[in-house]
Amino acid sequence: MTVQLLSANHGAALAATLAARANRKGRGFCSGVYPITPSTECMEYLCVQQIEKGRVIRVESEHSAMGVCIGAAAAGARTFTATSSNGLAYMVENCIAAACLRLPVVLAVANRTLGPPWNIWADHGDALTLRDHGLIQFYCADNQELFDTVLCAFRLAEDRRVMMPAMVCMEGFILSHTVAQTQIPEQGQVDDFLPLTDIPHRLGNTPHTLGQIEIPHQTEEHRWQHHNAMLEVPRIYAEIQNEFEAIFGRRPADAIHAYRADDAETLIVSMGTIGATAERVVDMLRAKGRRVGSLRVRLFRPLPAEAIRACYAGKQQIAVIDRNISLGLGGVLWAETRCLADPGAVVQNYLAGLGGGDVRPEHIVAMLSDLQPREIAGPPVMMEAL
Amino acid sequence: MREPALGGMAQTALDRADPLFRKGNTNCGGCGMSNLMQMLRHAVAERPVQMIIPASCAAVAGGTFPQSTFGVPTLMTTFASAPAAASGAASVAALNGEDLRIIVLGGDGGTFDIGFASLSAAAERNDDILYICYDNEIYGNTGGQRSSATPAGAVTTNTPDGKAEQKKDILAVMAAHRVPYAASISLAHADDTLRKLHLALDLNGFRFLHVLSPCPTGWKSEPALGMELVRLAVRSGLFPVYEIFDGKRHVVNIEPDFSDEALDMYLSLQRRFQKSGLRAADLRPAIDRYWQNLRALSGRIVPARRNA
Repeated sequence: MTVQLLSANHGAALAATLAARANRKGRGFCSGVYPITPSTECMEYLCVQQIEKGRVIRVESEHSAMGVCIGAAAAGARTFTATSSNGLAYMVENCIAAACLRLPVVLAVANRTLGPPWNIWADHGDALTLRDHGLIQFYCADNQELFDTVLCAFRLAEDRRVMMPAMVCMEGFILSHTVAQTQIPEQGQVDDFLPLTDIPHRLGNTPHTLGQIEIPHQTEEHRWQHHNAMLEVPRIYAEIQNEFEAIFGRRPADAIHAYRADDAETLIVSMGTIGATAERVVDMLRAKGRRVGSLRVRLFRPLPAEAIRACYAGKQQIAVIDRNISLGLGGVLWAETRCLADPGAVVQNYLAGLGGGDVRPEHIVAMLSDLQPREIAGPPVMMEAL
Repeated sequence: MREPALGGMAQTALDRADPLFRKGNTNCGGCGMSNLMQMLRHAVAERPVQMIIPASCAAVAGGTFPQSTFGVPTLMTTFASAPAAASGAASVAALNGEDLRIIVLGGDGGTFDIGFASLSAAAERNDDILYICYDNEIYGNTGGQRSSATPAGAVTTNTPDGKAEQKKDILAVMAAHRVPYAASISLAHADDTLRKLHLALDLNGFRFLHVLSPCPTGWKSEPALGMELVRLAVRSGLFPVYEIFDGKRHVVNIEPDFSDEALDMYLSLQRRFQKSGLRAADLRPAIDRYWQNLRALSGRIVPARRNA
């Protein structure tokens, strides 16, 4: 174990490199990569690594980057790529194909606003376009968490009971370009943690076709299998956390991260780095005697609904902060979790940091001031940058 | 010895036991791709191959889960991704030291149009892929719309008055990538076809084969006349059969006799040309120009036509 100063982008690439090398005695590693701000540094870092039994293919588009990963995974290799924003949007077709083909591609996403008009700053709206199509989604809040989650994502995606792509998301610039001390394990530890990639339906010697025509009841069956495999993810992730802890000596973050939430009357709910800010606000307000807690949803797909419901229980006022907007509805996290609160609880949506605006403690304090007098929730509130 | 019997069309005891393209597939009668797969079966013999197939008639012909029309491991990709997926699969095969040939089988829509960017990129990288385009000059799978491979004058469902634009010269475009091998294939000339399939299977790097594939459904032609139509297209000079090594050395494989009679026959046997009323005389100047250029490229001084 060493400690390195790394940006989150470089951390993701280094985690992928260690995972790639860990498969050198298996069918190797192959990745298609294409640059886009702010995820470019991830692929650049990957491209300068020496990977025994590995190849990184510099392709002509994000669509082909995932295309390469599909072909490589279908041939049984470990696969990884990284993208952002419109790159992810361009990749969507193949992300869905990888999911439907049940290929365990790991995808690091530096969340960025979709355009044009062009905006290179953070917004969760890019990754959320893929929430419905059978890809696991994690949202991270700091460098170490991102590094650990990428390693766990390989283990999780390639688990026989799961077998589907996993996305590990970090807000563009806010996290992707933040340099922080990151604990980096030894290759041997990663070798112990990640079994050799074994994709049961890979193309081998026996004639069979992957991805051919299905008739409706077969698709029904496949979607249902896929859905049920997703529902197993929280339980399997917990197993993986235990094994990670046994090998690396630290515990990767839980599927949902609750902070001083047990006895809270008011709960601040968010994803990504906003959750870290929310925890500071909780400390500030607790010092003033207010019973406030924070819940950060890390695993968004599958949504750990029961865990969130348990955390929501007993809370009278819940502020859900979304760095995204489903136009015509409101924040996605709010829309998906409001039904998990106790009957009568006020679950109010605050849209903040869209297009990459800073979400500072004072914004969150202002949200709570807005929330306090409410007896019923209103429509989503847009918190303008101060 | 893998000498083809009956001009390469019939099965022999030397064929691979499991055909590349099994019986009971859903291809239309007279589909050129079915003939191509017969020939490919001869050429592949017992070599290990895997197929990568983008959305296309071949994807539909692949059969319904869990059956497989293709007698080799096959991956169906999204429309524009077959070359990229093939790059991935070929890389993994190479990393594992496998003597495996990765074959992409794409239609003209997936090759000339939507998949062109990834095709060009895989060619530029010279990835170890055999790319075969069966060109039926139409989006057959969606019911027959124009592609950039559709020839001028052909009626399609979205060019009801006949397509105005010329067919894209895909072979020249691929040669411009300086790939090790690019060739056009006439299914009506089995010996030449088999020679090219063998050569393309043996070479390394990016190999591109352009196959004129009769489509009775889209061409509004008699299914039994498919090979005859190809022969007429070759004989008249409309479909030049040649190969290009490393993007430089051009070799003409089949000499046409530039017969106007053959060209008129080719046009009149397909109802898709009926509305525009194309005649040999309309096409001849462009064919002559093409062949003059091809002669120059192939270093031959023989004029295309004595009176050209």
